[in-house]
Amino acid sequence: MTQDPMRAETDVLVIGSGAAGMYAAIEAARSGCQVLLADRSLIGRGGATVMAQMTVAVALGSETPDHWSHHYDDTLAAGRGLCNEPLAQLLCEEGPACIRAMDDWGVGWARKDGRIAQAMAPGHDRPRCVYVDFLNTGPAVSKTLRTVVNKSGGIRKAGDLCIVDLLRNKGDIVGAAALHLGTGAPVIVSAKATVLATGGLTRLYRRNSASANMGGDGYALALRAGASLVDMEFVQFFPIGHLAPRLIGMDPIMWDPFRYKLGGRLLNNRMEEFTQRYGVAEDGKYVITRDVGSYAILKEVEAGRGSPHGGVYLSFQHCPERALRESFGPVIDRLAANGINLTKMPVEVAPIAHYHMGGIVANTQMQTELPGLFAAGEAVGGANGANRLSGNAITEALVFGRRAGRSAADYVRRSNAAPDHADNTSKAIALIVADAPTRDFNTAEMLQTLQKTMQDNVGALRSEAKIIAALDILGRLAEQLGNSPPGDGNRFDMQRIEWFDLRNMLLVARVVAEAALARTETRGAQQREDYTELSPDWAVSQIARLRGARIELSGGPRTVAVAVL
Amino acid sequence: MSESATLKIWRGLDANAGRWESYEVPFEPGQSVLDGLRWIRANRDPALAIRFSCINANACKECMIKLDGKTIYACTARLQPREMTLAPLSNKTLVRDLVTEIAPPAERFVQKRHS
Repeated sequence: MTQDPMRAETDVLVIGSGAAGMYAAIEAARSGCQVLLADRSLIGRGGATVMAQMTVAVALGSETPDHWSHHYDDTLAAGRGLCNEPLAQLLCEEGPACIRAMDDWGVGWARKDGRIAQAMAPGHDRPRCVYVDFLNTGPAVSKTLRTVVNKSGGIRKAGDLCIVDLLRNKGDIVGAAALHLGTGAPVIVSAKATVLATGGLTRLYRRNSASANMGGDGYALALRAGASLVDMEFVQFFPIGHLAPRLIGMDPIMWDPFRYKLGGRLLNNRMEEFTQRYGVAEDGKYVITRDVGSYAILKEVEAGRGSPHGGVYLSFQHCPERALRESFGPVIDRLAANGINLTKMPVEVAPIAHYHMGGIVANTQMQTELPGLFAAGEAVGGANGANRLSGNAITEALVFGRRAGRSAADYVRRSNAAPDHADNTSKAIALIVADAPTRDFNTAEMLQTLQKTMQDNVGALRSEAKIIAALDILGRLAEQLGNSPPGDGNRFDMQRIEWFDLRNMLLVARVVAEAALARTETRGAQQREDYTELSPDWAVSQIARLRGARIELSGGPRTVAVAVL
Repeated sequence: MSESATLKIWRGLDANAGRWESYEVPFEPGQSVLDGLRWIRANRDPALAIRFSCINANACKECMIKLDGKTIYACTARLQPREMTLAPLSNKTLVRDLVTEIAPPAERFVQKRHS
């Protein structure tokens, strides 16, 4: 197949249209830049933002007096000693301005007596989390930002663009090569600055709480372009993801707001509360942090006290129906349609991959080590250390997105010439339009194997034996995947699209597994069954780079280099 | 014997020259039509084109298709142990199989298709 690429030129290319990407686009456009806002799916409907159910942490002081420094202290404590402090400070200090901007744009934060309501969430020293009822925070944030994007002049929107590689001119990033899903054609976007706002990597796990396009592609793009990643072993598992009965039309993290508002009780199969065995007595309140909660549930299941589907029970049977309805209104009807009556039965819950603490190395200007490349939102590593505090993800998306948009605009203003050349354009196009020989693998099945491997072996409970077995499977999958995509290359070629997804996901999965293997301790989201204690030697972050065909891990007590290609 | 559902699916790149293909998929109560489509991709034919993003939350609104002639979201329509006929939206430009051009014109990289 030979096909000339479609071409576009812009000042700022923003990859990803969740909250971080949309805010970056808005700010860059306000600074006078032409922006191209690209997304794998529809604009402003994919990614993690739209899935957020409730809490957004911010020191507004609307409910009780507060100051960003208290939010900062809680963020550092949750991060178990590994937070990048300047990034954490930026998140907490600029959170209030972004939350008020969203309020001005009409997001509709829930109010009590005219003041913005703030809920108490685990790990916070006071009520600090704003939200939109009912379970509508993510959709409201997405919709509000979509409206502002649509009103801003200078933003060109481009859905169905699957970014294949960043374009480099020597060390500088000068745009990206993409596969346009709707036509199958290659696309070359020349940009003076590029913002990666691609979110996290929860799609690497079989049980996850985010969209199908969260496969860590931004991490892979950054690595292949020569940037560094940090803290990649720290994948947050949300302890009480919905497990059973089968529930459709609801996000699996929906029980979080229920616990914020009504407490609820976590029970094993003897209908006993158990979290006190793991150091946290809840007494019907929602106080257990995410790392401890996931650990407690998995250990209870391992001890044979789990629920039928392999989790534990969450019960609101002690709550009067009136309280349930007051707190969740129409959601109670949606549950009834799924055969769930919370006054009569508990539900089953289990840990589910939810957020990635690790990510692209960036400074407080959201600048990566590569000139012309910026990052924003969950794609950025370090602000949340080894464990993210509840409610920090949307705040991070807004604050980092705003900063990335401004920084990219500053960079465009300072740079003189338009990028007219990239070193790797023809290589990227050749890959996108490659003629495929008949291949005997099923990309959808390979993706399931990858997700099962990561869930079982590099999930919330890890050991050397499990991780080594996972690396073996991942290596074989990579070999099978080969160096060029299958499919006919025509419109919406699922095998070809999935091949590009797997190319990214396998690289990122191997970085996560290698970093988890190297860190011989338990800290935050990294729970090692063979190294159960926190080690003072490991109060450091690991940095991952791609050096030729090797993943190199540095910063820990030992430097590790592993061949991957 | 466990129950199964039969999904009769419209396949093709040309709206005027498609074909119907039937797949038998395992049925468990509570599953969605999208669960069945994803099972077909992983176990029978990875080339089957469907569009979805959020999988289960009905947040992304991408998985709109026709079920027995009615417009539905594949993620919230229940799979049933019978023959179910699935077709692309008839009022949108066909892309492939069950995928149609659903983005508003201002959000498309290619504003007009060259045929």
